[in-house]
Amino acid sequence: MQNHPVYIDTDPQSEYSTLNLGPTHPATHGVFQNVLQLDGERIVSGVSTIGYIHRAFEKIAEHRPFYQITPLTDRLNYCSSPINNMGWHMTVEKLLNITTPKRVDYMRIIIMELARIADHIICNGVLGVDTGAFTGFLYMMEYREEIYEIYEEICGSRLTTNIGRIGGFERNFNQIAFDKIRKFVKKFPPVLKEFEALFNRNRIFVDRTRGVAAVSAEDALSYSWSGPLLRAAGVDYDVRAMEPYSSYDEFDFEVPVGENGDVYNRFLVRNEEMWQSLRLIEQALDKIEKEPSDIFHADVPAFYLPPKEEVYNNMEALIYHFKIVMGEVETPTAEVYHSVEGANGELGFYLVNDGGRSPYRLHFRRPSFINYQMYAPMSRGMLLSDAIINMSSLNVIAGELDA
Amino acid sequence: MGKIANEELLKRLDENFAGKVTQTGADFGLLTVEIDPSVITEVLTFLKTDAALKFIFLTDLTAIHYPELEKPIGVIYHLHSLTTNTRIRLKVFLSLDNLHIPTASTIWDGANWMERETYDFFGVIFDGHPDLRRILNVDDMTVFPMRKEYPLEDPNRVDKKDYFFGR
Repeated sequence: MQNHPVYIDTDPQSEYSTLNLGPTHPATHGVFQNVLQLDGERIVSGVSTIGYIHRAFEKIAEHRPFYQITPLTDRLNYCSSPINNMGWHMTVEKLLNITTPKRVDYMRIIIMELARIADHIICNGVLGVDTGAFTGFLYMMEYREEIYEIYEEICGSRLTTNIGRIGGFERNFNQIAFDKIRKFVKKFPPVLKEFEALFNRNRIFVDRTRGVAAVSAEDALSYSWSGPLLRAAGVDYDVRAMEPYSSYDEFDFEVPVGENGDVYNRFLVRNEEMWQSLRLIEQALDKIEKEPSDIFHADVPAFYLPPKEEVYNNMEALIYHFKIVMGEVETPTAEVYHSVEGANGELGFYLVNDGGRSPYRLHFRRPSFINYQMYAPMSRGMLLSDAIINMSSLNVIAGELDA
Repeated sequence: MGKIANEELLKRLDENFAGKVTQTGADFGLLTVEIDPSVITEVLTFLKTDAALKFIFLTDLTAIHYPELEKPIGVIYHLHSLTTNTRIRLKVFLSLDNLHIPTASTIWDGANWMERETYDFFGVIFDGHPDLRRILNVDDMTVFPMRKEYPLEDPNRVDKKDYFFGR
């Protein structure tokens, strides 16, 4: 597969037609444009234009203290913001050599796996919509809502969550949150099972997706694909298993792998990942019970903002609060790369610190950005309708694409 | 296969590219080496194709700007060997009057957009790149905004000077 761009032919005699797919086409699920050259319904070439919601996060991050960068990471993949938040906290914790208590790790795993399920619900649901099956999407969407209610119980917000702080969480999970998580873990499996029953052997769905946009493992690796897309192509690379963070090594889970990287395989891999996420949540809930129930952050007063009551009534807390907010805390001069398994793939944070208040340089390795670049070259020769479902199964999130 | 030790990795690089490769750090166990720009393609190809190393996965490609250095722009590669689960970070420093570096998109297709992004924000020119255009910023932008000389906000503001914040 060559990746040289092919520009749109401006010859007025041309038999080809040009189609602007996007920037705000409903089938693109986000703000990005593809200028396609079509021969009938077949795509001859395409050029992707991105950057419509570029917000210069990397530049902003160079001027903000570490704890104020968390809200920026929310807005990368906004379908699974908690994973981004946790990834960022863990990067800073790695830099500062903070070890988090086990209970925090398990709480993080619960919240990250819920986020993964929420993200996969959207991706697979929308894939169904694009192939003409609205039922699954509507049916599953209710459970994304339940996940958002869990977020709400934990941190107060739903989409851009800003969950957690450097060193742990801002507050403990309350009983209602635990009840909601348990309820979700109980109620979701039959729904997912029914969702699979609706699709996995559905003649129309299988005909539309099988063999469409198949990608070989070599191509996927050459394009630096990661996450469910790479696994669907047959490479078992999962950051959770390869470089376990947040105590993932204590958990029992499998890494589902596909065969030929087509849309159908990606769908199956994502579904199976939801099952694995449920397993992980169940295990984490069991493990949490064995930990002391009042621990929800590491004991790092120099980096973890003290509660407000403390700040008003306790001199030490006031000093720490002031130091953290004004950026007076000492941080090591070092470079750190930390990655987590985001819903779309390896979400990496490359942080260069010079000991100051904010990062000297922060780069996000954004899986959507890297995954999406194969879209135009791989669409060549494809039917337009196949290219649309290919795009939904890439699960490109505009926020993560443009940063 | 287990993780390749940093010493072993450095030894292999030294054997093949004597004098062109210098270790600059190993923060958190991740070997960081500085590569002479003249051999960067060879080093990347060697790391990717060597049977024992197999750094087949280009994790990330970006740049950094240190205005006070003689060679202020650093291009940074993160490679990952999936079979041995080893990572390596390569740095190539370039001076402002010669911001040329050979492209890695001949080795990894995925380097294409990463290099475009690096060009867009730092102005690094990747020789041999098939389509070196801006990617996230508007096409008629004339500056490279991630360089340190470009402020985030209006520099005439007096209430938000960096020295108030210890930087």
